[in-house]
Amino acid sequence: RAYVFGEDVKFGGVFRCTSGLADAFGTHRVFNTPLCEQGLVGFGIGLAAMGNRAIAEIQFADYIFPAFDQATAKFRYRSGNAFNCGGLTVRSPYGAVGHGGHYHSQSPEAFFCHVPGLKVVIPRNPSQAKGLLLASIRDPNPVIFFEPKWLYRLSVDEVPEGDYMLPLSNAEVIREGTDITLVAWGAQLAVMQQACAEAEKEGISCELIDLRTLIPWDKELVEASVNKTGKLIVSHEAPVTGGFGAEIAATIAERCFLRLEAPIARVCGLDTPFPLVFEPFYMPTANKVSTA
Amino acid sequence: MLDFPGAKAAFTSRMEFISPNAAEAVPCFRILDDLGRALDGSDIPEIDSSLAVKMYHTMVRLQTFDSIFYEAQRQGRISFYLTNIGEEALNVASAAALTKDDVVFPQYREHGVLMWRGFTLDEFANQCFSNEDGHGKGRQMPIHYGSEKLNYFTISSPIATQLPHAVGAAYGLKMDRKNACAVTYFGDGGSSEGDFHAACNFAAVLEAPVLFVCRNNGYAISTPACEQYKGKHAIQLLAGRGYGMTSIRVDGNDALAVFKAVSAARKLAVEQSKPVLIEAMTYRVGHHSTSDDSTKYRSGEEIAHWRSVRDPVLRFRRWLESNAWWSVEDEKELRGAARKEVISAMNQAEKKNKPPLSELFTDVYDTLPRNLLEQEATLRDTVSKNPPSLAPH
Repeated sequence: RAYVFGEDVKFGGVFRCTSGLADAFGTHRVFNTPLCEQGLVGFGIGLAAMGNRAIAEIQFADYIFPAFDQATAKFRYRSGNAFNCGGLTVRSPYGAVGHGGHYHSQSPEAFFCHVPGLKVVIPRNPSQAKGLLLASIRDPNPVIFFEPKWLYRLSVDEVPEGDYMLPLSNAEVIREGTDITLVAWGAQLAVMQQACAEAEKEGISCELIDLRTLIPWDKELVEASVNKTGKLIVSHEAPVTGGFGAEIAATIAERCFLRLEAPIARVCGLDTPFPLVFEPFYMPTANKVSTA
Repeated sequence: MLDFPGAKAAFTSRMEFISPNAAEAVPCFRILDDLGRALDGSDIPEIDSSLAVKMYHTMVRLQTFDSIFYEAQRQGRISFYLTNIGEEALNVASAAALTKDDVVFPQYREHGVLMWRGFTLDEFANQCFSNEDGHGKGRQMPIHYGSEKLNYFTISSPIATQLPHAVGAAYGLKMDRKNACAVTYFGDGGSSEGDFHAACNFAAVLEAPVLFVCRNNGYAISTPACEQYKGKHAIQLLAGRGYGMTSIRVDGNDALAVFKAVSAARKLAVEQSKPVLIEAMTYRVGHHSTSDDSTKYRSGEEIAHWRSVRDPVLRFRRWLESNAWWSVEDEKELRGAARKEVISAMNQAEKKNKPPLSELFTDVYDTLPRNLLEQEATLRDTVSKNPPSLAPH
C-alpha cells in the first residue's frame, strides 16, 4: 500500500529518481500529480491518514514553500492520537549544484526543523540514502527527506543490495579526531572532509560528525564529542542567520560551556538569496572552514 | 480540429471573448417550498417516518446543544464556542445520505454530521470542557471534535486544509476497492483558498471518489459572498465545469433536497470513481463564533428573517407534520428532553478532571523523543517548586 507521486514522477522524474517504478508497479501507484505543491502534500496526508505509505516528491526544495502549511505536522497531536499521517514521506532535492541560482539551490531545512512532529533527514551518499530513506518511509511519523542534488551525479558508492535501514535521530562520527569537532550534513560533508585533510597536514586532528537527522537530533553524540575536543564548528549551505547551526551552537553552549576552549563557530551560507555567478563566494567552502 | 496537447476543440475565424456573464446563473434544486410543502412535480426521496423523525430529532438536539453551549461560553464556563444555527438541515440531511464507511473531512461547522453518526452529548461536552475524556486530550479549542470510530477526521481551524486530505483519502478508498467515498465540507470563504482549487483539480485528474460539499452560507466571518468571489456562477460553476467535475447547486435549507442530492452524488462518486461538487445554499444565522458580533456588519432584520421565516428545522418539521409523523406534543416532549440531556451532559463534563500533564508531550511523535523527555522532566521540576495553582496531576 505504498504510493509514489509528484510532478513528473511517472516518466522517472527530473533527476531520474523514480525511473522504472511506474512500469514495475503500475501508474495507479506511481503517478504524476498536477503542478501544485500544496495539493500534492495535502493529498499525501490524506492517503497516509488512511494507513497508506505516501511518498511524495517535491521537485526542488525551492518549491516546497506552498506546501508548508500542509506540512506543519499536528495531525496526530490535535486528534489525541485518533488519527495520524505517519505514513507520509516527502522527498526533495536540495542544495547547491553549481549553476542553480535562486530557485534550484536552496537549503530550507531550518524552516522545517522548527515544526514539532516532523522529522528531517539528510543523507550524505547513496548507501546512507538507501538506509535512511527506508527508515524514513517506515517511520510512523511524517518525514521530510532532503536529497543533496549535487551528489546525484557526483557521488559514487557501493550500495548493498537487499533491504536495510539506518537509524533515525542517530548522528555518525565519520572521521575520528581529538582537537576539534565539526558537524555538518548532506553534501557539505565532502567539503568538511577536504578541510579536515588540510587541517591534518598542519597537525590538527579533526572529528567529523554527520548529523543525518536534524530533528529530533542526536545531541548526546555531539555533546560527547565536544566534551572530548573542547571546540566546535558547524557548517551548512543555508544562510547563517537562523540556520540550523544556531540550534546546535546554542545547545552545545548550554551543555558544554565549562568544557569549551573557544567560541563555537558557524561556517555557513551568507545571508543573501542564493546567487548564481557569485556561488563560489556564497558557499561555505573548505578554505573558509580551514580559516575557522 | 485542434490537436494541440492542451485542448481538443474546433478552430474559429471569429475573435470572440467569452464574457463571464454569458450564461444564466445555475438554478438551485429544491423539493420543499419555504413552508415545507412539496413543490409540484417534485420527486420525494425515499424517507420513511422513522428516518425522518430521527433526522428531526438530531436537528433539534443540535439546536439545543448550540444554544446552551453558546450561553455557557458567555458565562465563562468554556473558553469558546461556534454554532451551526441555520445549517442544521444541511448538516443532518447530508449525513443521513452517507454510510458509516464514508470518511468525513469537516471544516468546523458540521457538528450535526458528527451527531448524526453517533457522537454522544457527553463526547461533545467533554471536548468543549477540555477534560480528560475529551477527544484530542484537551489540546485544541472547544468544538474541535473528531472520531476515529465514526470516520470523522478531527476538526482544525485553518480553512480548507482538509480538502486535499479528502482527495488523498478518496484515492486510497478507490485503490482499496472500498464501497465508500470521502466527503469534505467547506464554506464560501473556503472556496477562495488555494487548497480548494488544488483539491478540485487533483480530484478530477486523479479520479478520486470525493464529494465536495460547499456550505455557502453567505458570510466568511464578516466578509459577505460578494466580496469573496466574482460572478454569479460562483463556486459551483467554477469548480464544476472549470475543473472538469460534475456539480449541482441545491437549497441547503431543504432537508429533502439535500438528502436526495447527496445520495445521488455519493452513488456517482463510488460507482464511477469521480468527484462531485455540491453547492448548498444556506444562511449562517448565528455569529461566526463567540468571538464575533455579527450585528456589526449585517442588520438585525436580516438575521431575524433567516432565523424565523427561513428556519430549515421548522420547514422540515412542517413536512413531518403534513405526513402526520409529528405533533405539537412530540415537539414539547423532545425540546424538554433535549434540554435536560444537554444540561446534564454539560454539568457532568464540567466536573471532570483536566487531562494529566503527560499529555502535553505525548503524540507529537508516535513515541517521546529525547528532547521532549528532557523538557517534561524540567517542567515537572519547575512545577514542583512552585505554588499549587500551577500544579496538574
